Amino acid sequence: MAKQNIELIVNGDRYTVAVDPWRTLAEVLREELNLTGTKVGCNQGDCGACTVIMDGRSVSSCLTLAVEAHQRQITTIEGLAPSRTQLHPIQEAFVEAQAVQCGFCTSGMIMSAKNLLDHNPHPTEEEIRAGLSGNLCRCTGYVKIVEAIDLAAKKLDPAGAKEA
Amino acid sequence: MSLAHFEVHQPTSLAQALDLLSAHRADARVLCGGTDLVPKLKAGVIAIGHLISLKRVPELDHVSFSPDQGLVIGGAARLSDVAEAPGVAENYPGLAHACSVMATTQIRHMGTVAGNIANAAPSGDTAAPLLVHDAVINVVGPGGRRSIPLADFFAGPGASVLDSLEIIETITAPAPQKPCGSQYLRLSARSLVDIAAVGVAALIALDGAGRVNRCRLAMAAVAPTPRRCPEAEALLEGKTPDAGLIAAAAQALSAASCPIDDVRSSAAYRQQMVGVLARRALEHSLKLAQGGAQ
Ligand SMILES: Cc1cc2nc3c(=O)[nH]c(=O)nc-3n(C[C@H](O)[C@H](O)[C@H](O)COP(=O)(O)OP(=O)(O)OC[C@H]3O[C@@H](n4cnc5c(N)ncnc54)[C@H](O)[C@@H]3O)c2cc1C
Ligand code: FES
Ligand code: FES
Repeated sequence: MAKQNIELIVNGDRYTVAVDPWRTLAEVLREELNLTGTKVGCNQGDCGACTVIMDGRSVSSCLTLAVEAHQRQITTIEGLAPSRTQLHPIQEAFVEAQAVQCGFCTSGMIMSAKNLLDHNPHPTEEEIRAGLSGNLCRCTGYVKIVEAIDLAAKKLDPAGAKEA
Repeated sequence: MSLAHFEVHQPTSLAQALDLLSAHRADARVLCGGTDLVPKLKAGVIAIGHLISLKRVPELDHVSFSPDQGLVIGGAARLSDVAEAPGVAENYPGLAHACSVMATTQIRHMGTVAGNIANAAPSGDTAAPLLVHDAVINVVGPGGRRSIPLADFFAGPGASVLDSLEIIETITAPAPQKPCGSQYLRLSARSLVDIAAVGVAALIALDGAGRVNRCRLAMAAVAPTPRRCPEAEALLEGKTPDAGLIAAAAQALSAASCPIDDVRSSAAYRQQMVGVLARRALEHSLKLAQGGAQ
């Protein structure tokens, strides 16, 4: 069976790649585009390590076929930092709140946090927990991740912070 | 866990999608969000040569509610789209609840209501709330269109009356006749993310004298298919509702369930919880219908 030529728009860059139709977006991001920040944990939709944002919504790239992502807007963890020497406010918050241990879940956690804050800039703790319910972390116990996202919300919109 | 080999077709019209399905017949399968299908392809449970994706078919990508047309869910509408669409939470609160708590945020952004129904899992979360609203599955195939009441759609675990050359074009439900209340309750070990161990939906509509003129009860994950229970519904219809009648209907639903023991729960616990959830959902639906608490 022939490979299909597709155009992937990742973090604003356009890539033309020939992919086998059965390859997942996670595989193509990692193995063809060398964007290895996106992790593959369970490879079946449960853990959230592979979360990327496609056309403005978080999706599991391990269940998305790469050919289905043709000409869609994709943001991965590599696309968040504004420059090589600066971090995105959500990334800063994860560092400051010490929300990273082994780091394997972190890319997916941050992409889910971005999805949450893009749609709900001032989430309550309960909303943060619900927003992360598709992401598993086997190290931190989640408390510091929840704190990091609360901190990130304040960094992103210091004026709009709601009373807790 | 690499995928077996297949081709992916991405038609941009319903007519093209139907032609592709007919051209590849037994070797083709409709792909929507892929959240049921892709894990099965990875596990090697099914082998298929051609996937016909519906994600670029604009005719299928819509959700709407109006008092005249009721609810119309396109065959490629995502779970998150349905949860957020205007009018859904107000008129079909059980469905909105199912579409906002089942699976994970990521999966709800990908998966569709049509895929959930076509997949025909006994535990499918959108089935019970759609059953209590008398939903209809409208399909299109090489022979034309037909409409199947959801109550007649499921044929067994993972099986339905849908032909492999047919596509679900819309799922529709009439606007609820007011005053009316409804609810879907589900139990699972983690409350989010994991598949339901028990799901119960209820609907109560009242007449001008406060009598029940329509009652619906449906259950999921406790029988080979999601299903309604007319015997339990009949206990309330035509009556002035009270705690005793609600308890009797809840008991009848529990008695009609036939759950199994599995990793998610034991059969005995499930059967008992059907009664508990049914009572709570009926009480809540009645309150809503009487204009009471949320
Ligand atoms: C991590 C995870 C958690 C999940 N949790 C839940 C849960 O809590 N509750 C629950 O109910 N489900 C759950 N699911 C299952 C799944 O996400 C849902 O059933 C979803 O709604 C399936 O929709 P889809 O569009 O992804 O279907 P697909 O995988 O694309 O398709 C499923 C089946 O439906 C057929 N199909 C799809 N669309 C059509 C159409 N328009 N016409 C005809 N046939 C069609 C396909 O051919 C296939 O056989 C979960 C899945 C994952 C991976
Ligand atoms: S790797 Fe995709 S959800 Fe776990
Ligand atoms: S930090 Fe190790 S899995 Fe989350």
